[in-house]
Amino acid sequence: MGRLLSHRLAVPLVIALLVVALSFAMPSNFYYRVAALVWISALAVIGLNLLMGYAGQVSLGHAGFFGIGAYAVAVLPAQFGLHPLVAALLGAFATAALAFLVGRPILRLKGHYLAVATLGFGILIAMTISNEAWLTGGPDGMPVERLTLFGWRVRGADTWYWITGGLLVIGAWIACNLVASPTGRALRALHDSEVAARVAGIDVARAKLTVFVISAVYASVAGSTLALLNGFVTPDKANFLHSIELVTMVVLGGMGSVLGSLAGAAILVVLPQVLTGFHDYEHMILGLIMMVIMIVLRAGIVPSLAALFKGRWKK
Amino acid sequence: MPELLQFCVSGLTVGAVYALVALGFTIIYNASDVVNFAQGEFVMIGGMTTVFATAAGVPLPLAALGAVLVAMVVGLLLHRLAIEPARGASPVTLIIITIGASIFLRGLAQVVFDKQFHSLPAFSGNTPIRFGGAAILPQSFWVLGGAAVIVAVLWAFFNRTLIGKAVLATAANRLAARLVGINTSFVMGLSFVMSAAIGAVAGILVTPITLTSYDVGMLLALKGFAAAMLGGMGNPLGAVVGGLAVGLLEALGAGYISSTYKDAIAFIVILIVLFALPGGLFGKASVERV
Amino acid sequence: MTATTPLLEVSEIGIAFGGVRAVDNVSFSARPGEVFSIIGPNGAGKTTLFNLVSGIYRPKSGSVRLAGEPVTALEPNRLAERGLSRTFQNLQVFFRMTARENVMVGRHLREQRGLLAHLFALPSTGRQNRESAAVADALLERVGLAALADMPAANLPYGALKRLEIARALAAEPKVLLLDEPAAGCNPVETEEIEKLIRKIADDGVAVVLVEHDMKLVMRISDRILVLDQGRMLAEGSAAEIRSNPKVIEAYLGTHGTREANLALD
Repeated sequence: MGRLLSHRLAVPLVIALLVVALSFAMPSNFYYRVAALVWISALAVIGLNLLMGYAGQVSLGHAGFFGIGAYAVAVLPAQFGLHPLVAALLGAFATAALAFLVGRPILRLKGHYLAVATLGFGILIAMTISNEAWLTGGPDGMPVERLTLFGWRVRGADTWYWITGGLLVIGAWIACNLVASPTGRALRALHDSEVAARVAGIDVARAKLTVFVISAVYASVAGSTLALLNGFVTPDKANFLHSIELVTMVVLGGMGSVLGSLAGAAILVVLPQVLTGFHDYEHMILGLIMMVIMIVLRAGIVPSLAALFKGRWKK
Repeated sequence: MPELLQFCVSGLTVGAVYALVALGFTIIYNASDVVNFAQGEFVMIGGMTTVFATAAGVPLPLAALGAVLVAMVVGLLLHRLAIEPARGASPVTLIIITIGASIFLRGLAQVVFDKQFHSLPAFSGNTPIRFGGAAILPQSFWVLGGAAVIVAVLWAFFNRTLIGKAVLATAANRLAARLVGINTSFVMGLSFVMSAAIGAVAGILVTPITLTSYDVGMLLALKGFAAAMLGGMGNPLGAVVGGLAVGLLEALGAGYISSTYKDAIAFIVILIVLFALPGGLFGKASVERV
Repeated sequence: MTATTPLLEVSEIGIAFGGVRAVDNVSFSARPGEVFSIIGPNGAGKTTLFNLVSGIYRPKSGSVRLAGEPVTALEPNRLAERGLSRTFQNLQVFFRMTARENVMVGRHLREQRGLLAHLFALPSTGRQNRESAAVADALLERVGLAALADMPAANLPYGALKRLEIARALAAEPKVLLLDEPAAGCNPVETEEIEKLIRKIADDGVAVVLVEHDMKLVMRISDRILVLDQGRMLAEGSAAEIRSNPKVIEAYLGTHGTREANLALD
């Protein structure tokens, strides 16, 4: 048990150390900004990984929840003069309520059927956002009021680096807590055998709904944070391509691995930045790297490498 | 009434393309359990290769044939270089590989071709045919007829030829198929090649109506996937019906309700159907085996 | 409750798949402290009967009562809350979890369920985890798997997984325990251990319902035996009664060769 408990704290600790250590290696604001984008994506990916990697339920609609969070901090302050933090909180509540409502019927579906239903649901949110231009600015997006905390205007890439890094550490800590708790064990159990989980007394429908709502809130908070960081929102962060990107990050980094979520997010956020130098070849290289990683490290980067090192260690 | 007929014809035309993409999904899924998200790229390759070959002076029938062959080679390479090496990996891992392949092929098309929208001249001119008060483009008949021919050929292949039966046997039980001496790796490769050809034909037929560009694949793949699920995954009849239904829903939704929400309407119907029939329209109710 | 009051009462239960009556009009009951075995040739409907009783299939007819209360067609998790647990013939283990975690999942109903406490790792969650782990370790010890507690279930041998399922089922502290072929794939030494374990579980007041192919084990351990054939009840009685029942002998080996049948049933 001691080992499990230490693992629960070790992962957020490693991430915290990484955030601190990397801050010494940032040559410019641009790097701070890219790192902040990685932390934000990783936060959403950790949430999705709780659903996919631990509970084994896929969602191709999480960008919709991300979009609700992002547009909450754009629309609510602009329309009702709410403080952005209150708006983010309301966005998270609205996301949780929506996930709770649609989760029950949707999560009765399994496998590819669940994938297509969540895809459809995500597309509904994205279409609403890009079509209701009177509220959201439509396809062009809308500006987001700058965040002010107790009279202090939050700005600068380095400031956002620390804020987003802090949020990531908290998100990782909560996720690791959940995984190591009775609820987490119930989720991992139903992933392996729903029948055995039910016989053990687990209300499988309820457990799935719980983790669906939690993961949706992760996406919403990440969306709000990104909108506040950018000072602008566009509907593309709510659309299905972003959903697929989030799922790809989960699988690339490793299903059921919080550190893997960070690795997956880092690769898909940083690679395109690096590859812009290759102009037209950017997509080819990105696609190639994705394929090679998945062929070589089938269980995802972190779990596969961990297994590899464990094997070496024993020899 | 003429309006309804008009919407139905245009819906069925687009639906036939979705149906062919969904059929491609089904063939590969049955042979290998892989959900191939690069399926839409075959459609793109068919359209784009024909466009560029005809622009270079190749006669249309020859260009079309060449495009189908190119797609088949790409399909084979996809299987041999990306899917086969990852044999035994989990279904999600394989899906991400096909998404990577889709991004790669999109990037390749962007380099080999360009980033513009392209069209092809309609095969039999652009003079609409008047029918029941609706004006129908001759190309619509090409698309619908082409889809019907493909479905008929596939039916004959699976029911009348030994190789086709081997594919069906592999779909039913891979281990048993291997035990009776079927080369399942060959069957999987074949399924990729066939799906690629079907996708390419769809792309060639529909390009005069809908245009094509390097990035049309992803959306088509998603629509085709949704159509396949609506019909019931793994069921070829379901794929065709699902594809036509999604096309019809979009056209009717766009015509009568809202053109900006046409995708949403199709997906709302899909959600309602799946809530009622969790295995799709033609899916079997499964009994839990423990 | 006296020792003669049945904990589990199954009356005239039945289900059909595609016109075939897999289980047809079967009734039996199990009392606390007894081992009640269900035997029959392959395809007799033993596992299907378990699936009906444990809420995995909905019966087409008949009823189930648990501790006197009607529980027909309740969800398996609701039945678990009322004290019914089971193992599976074809193993339903949580392969991605360790042996200890598998058993801890069995504690689910006895665990504190506050989500916020779980998310923020409040002290109560830590206490709960330690308590469940302690119970799990004691149960693993009891089934002889203490040394493998930290091993991922995927790495355990078949016989160990069978015992792991028993430990997981016991973690829920059930009143009625359904065991589906617990000794399948076990060597004679392991079978003997399982026999002792089952006896001990029954002696603790649990009603044990056993499906098992190892006839020697069944004949030794069972207080009463029910024989199924093609979904129907063929006979019920003590080991001695079953062994000498001509209908049972016929069902097992056809009309010829009572000697072989006797061997099979011995």
